Amino acid sequence: MLFMLIVKASKNSEGGNRPSSELNEAMRKYNEELVKAGVRVAAKGLHPSSNGIRISYPKPGEKPVVTDGPFTETKELIAGFILIDVKSREEAIEWAMRMPDPMGHGEGQIELRQVYEAPELSEMLAKEAELREKSEKRRP
Amino acid sequence: MTNCRTHRTIEGIWTVESARIIAGVARIIQDVSIAEDLAQDTLAIALEKWPESGIPEKPGAWLMTVAKRLAINLLRRNKLRDQKYEEIGRKMEFKGKTDYDSIDEEINDDLLRLIFTTCHPVLSREARVALTLKLLCGLKTDEIAQAFLVSESTIAQRIVRAKRTLSASKVPFEVPCGLELSRRMSSVLDVIYLMFNEGYSATGGENWIRPTLCSEAIRLGRMLAEILPEEPEVHGLIALMEIQASRFKARIGPSGEPILLQDQNRALWDDLLIHRGYSALKRIEQIGGAYGPYSLQACIAACHAKARTASETDWQEISALYDALSQVAPSPIVELNRAVAISMAYGPAAGLEIVDALEDEPSLKKYHLLPAVRGDLLAKLERNEEACAEFKRAASLTQNEQERALLLKRAADYV
Repeated sequence: MLFMLIVKASKNSEGGNRPSSELNEAMRKYNEELVKAGVRVAAKGLHPSSNGIRISYPKPGEKPVVTDGPFTETKELIAGFILIDVKSREEAIEWAMRMPDPMGHGEGQIELRQVYEAPELSEMLAKEAELREKSEKRRP
Repeated sequence: MTNCRTHRTIEGIWTVESARIIAGVARIIQDVSIAEDLAQDTLAIALEKWPESGIPEKPGAWLMTVAKRLAINLLRRNKLRDQKYEEIGRKMEFKGKTDYDSIDEEINDDLLRLIFTTCHPVLSREARVALTLKLLCGLKTDEIAQAFLVSESTIAQRIVRAKRTLSASKVPFEVPCGLELSRRMSSVLDVIYLMFNEGYSATGGENWIRPTLCSEAIRLGRMLAEILPEEPEVHGLIALMEIQASRFKARIGPSGEPILLQDQNRALWDDLLIHRGYSALKRIEQIGGAYGPYSLQACIAACHAKARTASETDWQEISALYDALSQVAPSPIVELNRAVAISMAYGPAAGLEIVDALEDEPSLKKYHLLPAVRGDLLAKLERNEEACAEFKRAASLTQNEQERALLLKRAADYV
């Protein structure tokens, strides 16, 4: 099962500041542990949102609106992610709990989300088709 | 925290730690069977204590300490307080003061000893796979049974017998060295690849647990690559498995029928896994390693992965790789594949020459793909009558209904 550990942004990460050397070291060890256990699939850190853009579609069917970064709602932003391949949700939680506080200053926040995979996708499509069939039957 | 929630947390911790704990205890007790029992006892203690005391800050270290204490107590009780025990006791005291890196190293060594033991050549291949899944991957007996479509008691017996064989043959809990290492290494890699193939060849849907064999194999391989970064074939095996796994979504059609590589929708291939495969191959280059059978097969898989459409496939490169593979690991099946690659690169006549040389090969007497390939090459050379006969022969040899229908249809095309 694939899970994504999403590390939320903070004032520091949005300011483009490097993490302290202690945090760096703790993160290095944590990543090493993930790799050694054979669970880490990918891991990346993102630039601050100041060089990002946002594309939104406020009016359906019309041209999108492009907004330049930085974006203000820091806590909703993402600073990086780690993709892990594990046996169960419980195992994913255990690995998430082992990550060091990624930001410090009371701002650290990690979100754990499951990633859709091939068999689930086909199951989902099958369920959808089934529902569609049922709702069509219900119609007179 | 509620009891139920704590139990689920413990379950998660156990998934992460169980193999290391079994390995750590096995080194003290020199017996994987007793080590597994003691690890289970340790889990039982945690399940009893933690709901009250809360989860310790370093749960892995807690479990390891308790498990090793149980092991030492057992040695004591068994009056094995000989020199061996004293030595171990002294070593353990020292370890209390060493830094984390050396403890990591020690865990790695123990895990390595464990996998070399569960993949020991005194065991049958089935037994190796079952024992590895049980002790290193932490799968339960019923899960292994479901994965292999056999009864739970069959697997339970297989595991009991395997453990008995290990202790009867006095297999030492160690990493082999010298010439023995490479022989034993290839047994470990074979077990992992066997596990992977067992899961990979299963068709989707009907049995949910079989794909877990693939993920267990990949996980084990990735772990091994970290412990033995200097072994080129470990990286070769990982690369091969990652690239094959990248085609998971594309290799089966909507009604469960297998789709051949050249007909797969390449947009469904998983780029992340393909790139992981490429980087594993790059590591072989970086360590300057020799390309063994797994590495060469991985290179072939990578070659296919690089082609955005089937027609862009670099068949000359692939035939060169098959040439190398047939030198390193000659087998009739490799020869047949080489014939196909050569026919794609240099024309059907060149391929047919190799196939014809395989006609008297005893191990391919009942192998339907030999006449199927021969028929295909003959058809390309417009030798229709012979092609038709070969397709009919292939149809009579296959066990698979869908395949038989396809071959008979091809036979009819060349009447």
